[in-house]
Parts: sequence; C-alpha cells; structure tokens
Amino acid sequence: MIEEKLATKNTIIHNLDPRVKVIIIVSFSVIVAILDSFIPIILGLFIALILVACARLPIKKVVSRMVIANLLIILLWFFLPFTVPGDITFSIGPLHATSQGILYAGLITLRSNAIILALITLLGTTPIISIGQALNHLYVPNKLVYLLFLTYRYTHVIYMEYNKLKNAMKIRCFKPGSNIHTYKSYAYLVGMLLVNSYDRAQRIRSAMLCRGFKGKFYHLNKFYLKRHDIASIIMALIILTTLVVYNGR
Amino acid sequence: MEGDNTLIRLEDISFAYPGDGLVLDKLDFSLVRGERIGLIGPNGSGKTTLFYIIMGLLKPTSGRIEIFGNTVCGEKAFGSVREKIGLLFQDSDDQLFSPTVIEDVAFGPLNLGNSPEETLLVVRDTLNKLGIAGLEGRVTYKLSVGEKRLAALATVLAMKPEILILDEPDSGLDSQTTDRIIDVLNNLNLSCIITSHNMDFLLKITNKTYGMEKGRIYLEEEVTPHTHMHIHKGGKYPHEHKDDLDA
Repeated sequence: MIEEKLATKNTIIHNLDPRVKVIIIVSFSVIVAILDSFIPIILGLFIALILVACARLPIKKVVSRMVIANLLIILLWFFLPFTVPGDITFSIGPLHATSQGILYAGLITLRSNAIILALITLLGTTPIISIGQALNHLYVPNKLVYLLFLTYRYTHVIYMEYNKLKNAMKIRCFKPGSNIHTYKSYAYLVGMLLVNSYDRAQRIRSAMLCRGFKGKFYHLNKFYLKRHDIASIIMALIILTTLVVYNGR
Repeated sequence: MEGDNTLIRLEDISFAYPGDGLVLDKLDFSLVRGERIGLIGPNGSGKTTLFYIIMGLLKPTSGRIEIFGNTVCGEKAFGSVREKIGLLFQDSDDQLFSPTVIEDVAFGPLNLGNSPEETLLVVRDTLNKLGIAGLEGRVTYKLSVGEKRLAALATVLAMKPEILILDEPDSGLDSQTTDRIIDVLNNLNLSCIITSHNMDFLLKITNKTYGMEKGRIYLEEEVTPHTHMHIHKGGKYPHEHKDDLDA
C-alpha cells in the first residue's frame, strides 16, 4: 500500500543526504509557519514549487495529494472569515465576514500549501528507512524513530489483513447494504482485523528478536556529506534568513 | 551424558497457553552436534511451541533448558542463544519486515555488530548461495511464496547460526522450490531440527526422525514394511514396473 512511489528517481533532490533534507524541511516548516506577511509566504510557496520542479515529481500525483490536503483547509474558510473580528466585508444572514478573517484564512492556505509541497518533495523522495536513519543520526530519541518505522510497517500489515478478510467476505457473495447483517459483518471484520494484526505483530516481533534485535536499528548505508549537500544547506540558510528578514520589515 | 556435544537439552518441559490445556507435557528432548532431526506430528501437537521455547520466545511453565551446556533462563541469556540458533518461521511473511530483501537479510548481521561493509559481503554471499542474488533489491511483500521462503532462509543463514531450526520449510511450496531447499540444507554442515508433514521431505535431509503427539516426543525408529497400492489401466494383467526392475 505504501509504495514510496516518489522515492525512486535520480535527481538532485533525491540524492540529497536525508539528514540535510530533514534539517531543511524542519527549518523551512517552522519559519514559513511563523511568517505573517504575504510576500515572504508567497516566496516560500514559490521556493516549494521550484523544489517540486527540481525533483521532477509527476505533476498528477503531486496535485492529487495537494487536493486531499486542501480539502481540510477548505474547512477553515467556513469558520475563519466569520470568526476573526474586524471590518465587515459582506454578510450572509446573521454571519458577518471580515476582511481580516479572509486575509488570515488566505495566509494559512498559502502557508500550508508551501509547507506540504516542500514536505512532499523533500520527505516524499526519501525512503522511510532513510528518514528513520537520518533522524537517528540527528539524535532524535531511538524510541520515536522506532515508533515511526513500525507504524509504517504495520500500517501495511493491517492493510494486507484487511484485504484478506475482505476477499474472504467477497467470495462468499457479501454485498454491503444498509442492514444489520452488513453492520454486524463489518464489526466482525474490524474485530478480526485487530486480533489478526496483533497476532501478526507479535510474530514479527518474535522473528526480529530471533535475529538479535535489541531495540536498535542499524543501517546498511552510511551517510557522507557531499559537496552539494553542504551547498544546499548554505543556500537554504540564506533563503530562509532572507524570508525572516523580509517578514520583519 | 553426551558431554560437550549436546547442543540443546530440554528436561521435563511443560507449557500451557493461558486458559488452555497442556501443549507440552513433561517433554524431554536433546540435539547432539551433527544430528539432523526431523520432527513429524499432527497440527497442534506443539512443534511450533517447542521451537518458541528453545528460542526463549515463550517461557515454559516448568522444566529446564540447557543450550551449549549452559542452563538458560531470562531474556538476556536467550539473547546470546538467538545469535547461535537460527529459526525459520512457518510463515515467511512474519520473517520479512524490511522494505527490500537486502535490508531484511542485513538486519540480523547488523544486529550482531557487523559493520555495514562486512554485512554487505555476507548478504551477497548468502543470496548467491541460495541462488537468489536477483532478488536483492526487490520489495519483500511482492515476492512469490517460494521466493519469500528462500529470502527468509537467507535472513537466517546470513547470521551464520550453529543450529538451524526450520518450522515446516516445505509448506506451500512446489516440488522445484522444495528440491532447492533440500539441496541447500544438504550442503550446509549444520545441526538442525526440521518439522514437516511430508515424511519423504524429512527423510531426504534428516538422519533421525521423531514423532510428536500430545505434547510429547518419541523416537520414530521402527522400520515398518509396507506396500503401496496403485491403479492404472490394464492393471489386472500381470506386468512389471521400472522400479521393480531396479530393486
């Protein structure tokens, strides 16, 4: 299910050291999140778009992911314009939209899109195992890395179990409808899913223990900072400082 | 006492899952260096449970476990046991958890403290020996059942165990892959315990067969003459078979 479809190319972005990617994305996200004027935020979005272009990501996939993310942001547009106090621009019945509210919702939309795009390009192009590795090297607590990694693995396991059970139902001609039989069957499915996944998780853990797992992940490939990694960090530093300075004026 | 040559000795082992009857009932068992033991028995006779107990994944309700001459008890002691005994799980999906085959095979050697460079050599060597070098970069959950079994076997062999425990290594495999596994196992000079429901398979790789039933193990040494019945067209007429001529 989790196929890491974007992670298999060979571009400047894909070849960046995962540690560099993690550092850049974290600082980019934090800085864009605290920017509060339009021009630096739009610049941020522009930078994110340039990253997408550099990584030569398939536009279709990026757009479909952005659509999902923006569905959540649409919710904000239902509330923010009407709840932020300020000058009234228009009214729908008893609800008054303020220009400040609209601007605020606009800011958040741009900000989120910039951050999500950058996330897709920088982290989406990194296999999860390398991200875990990078976090390990950046002194993120082992337990958190372990949690991230196993969540990723077991999501897949649960999905596989779900498919197996769903097929078992299908081959016996189960057709979902709006009746008690359907609800009951789905309840069984969820129950079995939990039990099966738990059992499987136990077995996987046992198998890991049998192979000498002691709570720490080791990795095959070591990281070496290359010239373009250092260049990228310096460039990111300059761009982000510019954004902050510009925002302050 | 077989002295230093006894690798695994179980004495008086009993085990019951909570709320269930005894799975293992005062079981005695030993594996001597060089032995290749086949274990055959019905489903639910406790074979997998026995393996979990040897590996320290389950704690017996009573009894003593001695491995390489030392009594083992507790997670720490079993930690070093697991470095020397390789267990192949019945379901290869349980064993393969890394995204790619190479990472999965490398998991064990890395845990043992090998450097990435050494590990890579061991991994490639193991994959080559099993004839699955081509699977290196493949995604583990997209392999076929046979490929998965061979990859899982590679994850175990890459740790260079002294003892190999295989839980139904032939289940669900076609005869070609089974033959490949037989080949691989016969070329390894390891003491091993193997379960299977297929006696022919066991006889090809083991030198001793035990039966297991109702939580106990007994030696299956009795040689029983038996005849095979077969049918084919024209069978009512006197005829000879190729096998008869060889005999």
